[in-house]
Amino acid sequence: MNRIHVVSPGLLTTVQDLGRFGWAHHGVSASGAADALALRAGNLLVGNLENAAALEMTLTGGAFQFESPAVIALTGSDFGAALPLWSAVALAAGETIRCGPTRSGARCYLAVRGGLAVPRAMGSASVHVATGVGGRPLKMGDVLPIGAEPVRPPRAAPSAPPPGERAGLLRVTPSAQAAWFAGEWYRGAYLVTEESDRMGLRLRGAPIPSPAGHMLTEGVPLGAIQVPPDGQPIVLFVDHQTTGGYPKPAAVISADFWRLGQLRPRDEVRFEPVSLECAIGLLRQQEQWLHQLL
Amino acid sequence: MTLRPASDRSLLVSFGDEISPEAHRHVVRLTGGLAGAPGILNLHPAFASLLVDFDPLLCRHADVATLVRQRLAGPPEIAATQPRSVTIPVHFGGDAGPDLDAVSRHTGLAPERVIERFCAARFEVAFVGFATCFPYLAGLPPELATPRLPAPRKLVPAGSVAIAGPQAGVYPLASPGGWRIVGRTAMPLFRRHGEPPSLLQMSDRVVFVPERPR
Repeated sequence: MNRIHVVSPGLLTTVQDLGRFGWAHHGVSASGAADALALRAGNLLVGNLENAAALEMTLTGGAFQFESPAVIALTGSDFGAALPLWSAVALAAGETIRCGPTRSGARCYLAVRGGLAVPRAMGSASVHVATGVGGRPLKMGDVLPIGAEPVRPPRAAPSAPPPGERAGLLRVTPSAQAAWFAGEWYRGAYLVTEESDRMGLRLRGAPIPSPAGHMLTEGVPLGAIQVPPDGQPIVLFVDHQTTGGYPKPAAVISADFWRLGQLRPRDEVRFEPVSLECAIGLLRQQEQWLHQLL
Repeated sequence: MTLRPASDRSLLVSFGDEISPEAHRHVVRLTGGLAGAPGILNLHPAFASLLVDFDPLLCRHADVATLVRQRLAGPPEIAATQPRSVTIPVHFGGDAGPDLDAVSRHTGLAPERVIERFCAARFEVAFVGFATCFPYLAGLPPELATPRLPAPRKLVPAGSVAIAGPQAGVYPLASPGGWRIVGRTAMPLFRRHGEPPSLLQMSDRVVFVPERPR
């Protein structure tokens, strides 16, 4: 069996697939790739099912040595590896892939043909960093077995990166307490703070007036924008809690989840309300972009 | 019952804004009724609401709303698992329960009376949530209700047994938290390799017993 040796794990590298579903009623977060679009594209490029487990690197990538010949794809942000991004690339036995600090967004994915053959917890290989469900962040010396179940030949031609639009633009639809907030609840731009992680993106900007109202703890979805009493919004992200007690004026649309995964501290974001119809239309367009990789 | 979108891929089903046995029954019934339904990805029960996450490429809010109404109108599901009764031994007060005295002052009950009434209560797991499989317990005697700390602690040890307003709970893992800690249990409530990791599940009955001081 071919294996990957972790020469250096970088700042934070975890194994992720598309997440753990069907366990939220037990308080288990879905987790999964922060930029699921990049993970899915990487898997399709190397001929895997799109849900195969791959590596998610954060801000600073690591170094990974392959025991035997392998086919990999790097997708997401440019971490300065000496390989083309968004392409299936054949590696020789003993070759080491070195990734460094990011030159673009927050995360880079390394997908390998056959997928990572790591143990699954509740049906998923995704690591939930705060609880250790699914495993833990990689350490130097870790060894990851590569699976043997690709489903297609690798894609010969490289892919174009996903269609870019204005950076930092987050489209939103109303969330559960939308009626509590005045029409234009957001005020210009917000900065992503250093306290952001896979659980939530903590933003800083003009405080959003926190509405007075009695609220019981309730279920919270991925992408929801929580407004705590200090008025500084928190966008719930892939490792998010399953329930929460802060009011939520809006939620980021599914088609923009991948952008959340590429936001770095000090990046600027703006919100733009769209209709539910528009949100689904944008998601369908994104799926079409992905399907041209098949 | 009210239904409203919580995002482009989720619907919040709400049964009022108070903790009540009727609301809890609806939540339990709907959680059971929607489990495994096509296109439904996750169910997030709470005191009086259920958040339904769905795949927006397979269904829309209106489809999920129809499904919710059907499941609530149909015969109740037979529960897959019977609620269990779990007895949790607790070391009350001292370092294990740094807020026992504050609860005593707030309620006007001596610390021993607080412990006595807390242990006489029959709790039910309303739901399991937050980020660490936290069991939210209903059934706190009303006279023990105590508001949260003004500012949360940075670190609450795993096993801390706590009160927040009319709710009680046990921290399964160390985490930040603003609940009033009255004691601590050594019983492992979070099993990292468990499927699910939470020992306690919705509708389980819970009783606390004081651990004898060694």
